[in-house]
Amino acid sequence: MVTPTEPLAAPPAHEVILKVKDLSISYDGKTALSGVNFEVRRNEIFGIIGPANSGKTSFLRALNRMDEFQHRMRVQGQITFAGRDISSIRNLYALRRMIGVVFPLPVGLPLSIYDNVALAPRLTGVRNKAELDDVVERCLTRAALWDEVKDRLTSLGSLLSGGQQQRLTIARALSQQPEMLLLDEFSIAVDPVTTMRIEEVLKELKDEMTIVLVTNLVQQARRLADRTAFFLNGSCVELGDTERMFTGGATDQRTIDYLEGRFG
Amino acid sequence: MTTLDTNDPAADPEVQTSVFAASPNEHKAHTVQQVFKIGFLAVTLLLLIPAAAILGVLVFKGAPGLTWEFLTTKPTDNGAAGGISTALVGTVWMTGVALAFSLPLGVAAAIYLSEYARDNWLTRTINVAIVNLAGVPSIVHALFGIGAFVYFLEFGKSVLAAGCTLAVMTLPVVIVSTRESMQAVPQAFRDACWNMGATRWQTIWKVVLPNSGSGILTGLILVVCRAVGETAPIMFTGAVFFRQFYASGLFDKSMALSYHLFSVSMHVKDVPEHVPYTVALTLILVVLSMNAVAIYFRMKLRGKKKW
Repeated sequence: MVTPTEPLAAPPAHEVILKVKDLSISYDGKTALSGVNFEVRRNEIFGIIGPANSGKTSFLRALNRMDEFQHRMRVQGQITFAGRDISSIRNLYALRRMIGVVFPLPVGLPLSIYDNVALAPRLTGVRNKAELDDVVERCLTRAALWDEVKDRLTSLGSLLSGGQQQRLTIARALSQQPEMLLLDEFSIAVDPVTTMRIEEVLKELKDEMTIVLVTNLVQQARRLADRTAFFLNGSCVELGDTERMFTGGATDQRTIDYLEGRFG
Repeated sequence: MTTLDTNDPAADPEVQTSVFAASPNEHKAHTVQQVFKIGFLAVTLLLLIPAAAILGVLVFKGAPGLTWEFLTTKPTDNGAAGGISTALVGTVWMTGVALAFSLPLGVAAAIYLSEYARDNWLTRTINVAIVNLAGVPSIVHALFGIGAFVYFLEFGKSVLAAGCTLAVMTLPVVIVSTRESMQAVPQAFRDACWNMGATRWQTIWKVVLPNSGSGILTGLILVVCRAVGETAPIMFTGAVFFRQFYASGLFDKSMALSYHLFSVSMHVKDVPEHVPYTVALTLILVVLSMNAVAIYFRMKLRGKKKW
């Protein structure tokens, strides 16, 4: 039995899962994002707000190393995810599995509902039917879609309604068992009721994963995000505690204007 | 021809002061539109004439001679008498060989060009080459076939050499139709797959290929059409004028329908008048029946719209 001779160091208040340092992104020399710095903490909902063309989506693409597929996209600076500089990761498949993405327009793949959700486990080599059944039911339930589709799992996912498809893509992202969930303006093509249901889902998911929520709905960020960053014209203008930012704590005049709806 | 509302009480008492009464300009535009519609319809109907005429003449003159016996007996007397069985079987052989080579190779090339290739000078060169290959006259393909397959690869004048020549000739068609249908699969599907950690091949296999089936089948139809009908490429590479034996294997020569049609129409003496028509009708029926299968599957694929 070892007796500690000195008290254990206090654990850091927040574990940082994602660190962005001097990140710049350009397409064919045209800057989309420049000199962005921030940290995302584990198990928080990190909101990114800002008008169109402010570089939010480019940031999400860089995070998942999608520049591999976009030859015109140039990423500079450093992104550290789960302790690794992602530009040094060679197994990008693992990186992308750890980061689930939900797109603005729901993308139900032209496969059955079951196959949509079972795709990620299958890609990693899971063949066991019982195991796949379990994943499908668990993920669809978590995404608040199971009750609506449990009797027609074999019908095409791409023929579901927009709101259902968006929940299907969330279920699909969850089937990757991601460390982090990126949502890119998920409510653009979704009705308000479904939006609220998905927001409830996100609040629950927060306990298991980190969520980065890009949204152009200021109030959605206020409802969900623990901290919020305001992006404008390719740079991060302000970053802070959501509650503080929305209750008069914003310091930059542009942020105040945006939050009050004076532009954007 | 429909007419527009007017303010003329004699023509249309109800709409005398209607806000829907047409202005002179609207009358004119409407007339022009009607003229164009009828003009386009007339041109379309005009195009039906040759198709209907060809089929009509062939059926009228050739159908009486088209019997089971004609299809299944061997020709005699240089093709002037007897049936066409050796030519029919030879055509099926050559078309089969052409398909066996051009479909897999063409689809593979299309996958590379659509899913892997970057837009650089190499890809652009390849694309230009494919377009040019499609534009090469079939007689030139025939000469290439002699040089490449008959002599250089030492296939001899054979079903294999003829099939390979047809395959080269039809490759661009397969590549282009497959590539186009892969490009029609929305990019968002690939993005979604890649973001889940799928490799390019997994994405192609699970999402892109299953949704480009109709393009691949279109390629197949076009290959069959051309391979069955072409005469020049096989004349020098594997088809013979007259032979009473079936090809004993891939390295043997054979008669072929298209070449047979050419000979009985032009070169053989004392051919009964109906025979060339019957052979031509058979040729068309072979193409149509092979295509019917592919068209059936394509309709099934298209009927099941996926997004």
